[in-house]
Amino acid sequence: MVDPRSKASGNISTARVDLEIIANLVPEGSRVLDIGCNSGDLLDLLVRRRGVDGRGLELSQEGVNNCVSKGLSVVQGNADTDLSYYPDNGFDFVILSQTLQATQKPADVLQEMSRIGKKLIVSIPNFGHWSIRLALLLGGRMPETKTLDAHWYDTANIHLCTLIDFVELCKDLELEIEHTITLSRERVNQKSGAPNKLDNLFAELGVFVIHRNES
Amino acid sequence: MNIADQDVNGSETIFHKFVGQSLKLDGGGELWEPVIAYRQFGTLNEAKTNVVLVCHALSLDQHTTGFNPTTDKPGWWSNLIGPGRAIDTDKYFVICQNVIGGCSGSTGPASEDPKTGKVYGLDFPVITIGDMVRAQSLLIDALEIPDLFCVIGGSMGGMQTLQWAAAFGDRVFSAIPIATAARHSSQNIAFHEVGRQAIIADNKWHGGKYHEHNEIPSKGLAVARMAAHVTYLSEGALHRKFGRNLQDREALSFGFDADFQIESYLRHQGMTFVDRFDANSYLYITRAMDYFDIASDHDGSLTNAFLGSQTRFCVVSFTSDWLFPTHESISVVRALNAAGANVSFVEIDTDKGHDAFLLDEPEMFDTLSGFIRSCADSRGLTNLVRNQKQETP
Repeated sequence: MVDPRSKASGNISTARVDLEIIANLVPEGSRVLDIGCNSGDLLDLLVRRRGVDGRGLELSQEGVNNCVSKGLSVVQGNADTDLSYYPDNGFDFVILSQTLQATQKPADVLQEMSRIGKKLIVSIPNFGHWSIRLALLLGGRMPETKTLDAHWYDTANIHLCTLIDFVELCKDLELEIEHTITLSRERVNQKSGAPNKLDNLFAELGVFVIHRNES
Repeated sequence: MNIADQDVNGSETIFHKFVGQSLKLDGGGELWEPVIAYRQFGTLNEAKTNVVLVCHALSLDQHTTGFNPTTDKPGWWSNLIGPGRAIDTDKYFVICQNVIGGCSGSTGPASEDPKTGKVYGLDFPVITIGDMVRAQSLLIDALEIPDLFCVIGGSMGGMQTLQWAAAFGDRVFSAIPIATAARHSSQNIAFHEVGRQAIIADNKWHGGKYHEHNEIPSKGLAVARMAAHVTYLSEGALHRKFGRNLQDREALSFGFDADFQIESYLRHQGMTFVDRFDANSYLYITRAMDYFDIASDHDGSLTNAFLGSQTRFCVVSFTSDWLFPTHESISVVRALNAAGANVSFVEIDTDKGHDAFLLDEPEMFDTLSGFIRSCADSRGLTNLVRNQKQETP
């Protein structure tokens, strides 16, 4: 299967900033599960810099082997099927970094994440960005961007959404967005709560900190 | 590799007899004054925190690295264990014990019963993987080693590794079960039964009392080994190695000689095995593997076996292993995850089948090196080891 983030390689700085932002959101010493941890860049950052007790789940065997030979605790597995084997509230943070759009059932994945983790950190590429809207409007073809540069027929990103779409899904699942960090050309914008329509137009990427709505 | 093995700093086989002691067995009986044959490599640090226990597979022994005087060859895991290798004997103190029930020096059916002075034969009690591991823990006690930095093993050695973690979790800092399962599958029991019946059907087995007749059921044991050996390989590996190539001939013989190279190879495997392995040991050890089922000892739940485990696990499987297929490892990984244990899992892509764990698999070596290094870091072993090395002239 194609790694959803390998297509982001054209925009390395954005990808790196994404990881930096997430790493800074996690308090030292937390228990963390990184779903779709790829070759372990984020996990490595979290373990070495933040001293977290970090675990990873990764679909590609190559990614897993890379992680384990770096000394990271990672297992081969699928976000769509394997989260059910993790215990309730086993982690302080469950992270899904630019992977949600590549899962079969994003809603189920989010629900499982909220069962396993006390808090969720989810980052998604924003399909509502103005350049994508413009490309579809003017070109009349499925948009391809620096971060989403695969053709519609061979992309691993089967469930793309806009930031607002994601906010709506969280509402439906009774998940509360604590705060949002949006990224646009390396400009980082933090706000408490969910993003608004303007963010949905200008952000290339959204990072959400989420918890279960216990009420 | 052969030359390098002269450099492995280690002991010959040491025989430890538990004088005045008995080993309690899962089957209800006990083994009086058992002997354990073991070898050790490297140096035990002062804090006794650098011990790696290597558990061997069905037909192997304590000659894990260094030179094996029985086979005149390097130890069976000398590509993994030695100076500068994944299990670095310059850093770690490696112990490998021959399992009880075995025939390489530890008490087994070919040993003399100290109470009667006669060879046990079938009077030897049926043992389990749990018994093997309990016996190993007695030796670790006797050596005054409080806990193990790492327990590692492939196949039946992997079963022992899991059993160590389940039964003595507080004494196991890290565990590496390779090409193994938490229970023996029906198919695997079936193959073992074929092997056992081949031995039992040999007239020279004499109801297990072949020692009294000065004979060996070599044909039965050889057939058992031939059948088992096929399960250690893979269709791809067999075809790559032998294809349909003929053995020392230009054409088919239209008879039952070893026309094909694969037949000749298997016959050779069978013949050489009988020189180094006891037929009754084969019965007992295969039985121990068949009885293995960790979950059944924990209310049917594998997760229960590892609840609260502080051990760090690295589970390894191989894509072409059909004896202990990857899904068996995944079951273990899922149970460990459900128990909240710290687990890594790697499946190595290879066509070499079950035996891959003994072979030159660079990806496996990289994985194990990385895992062991990170375990050493989190146990604070790195500095200790480095200091020691600096002191060495």
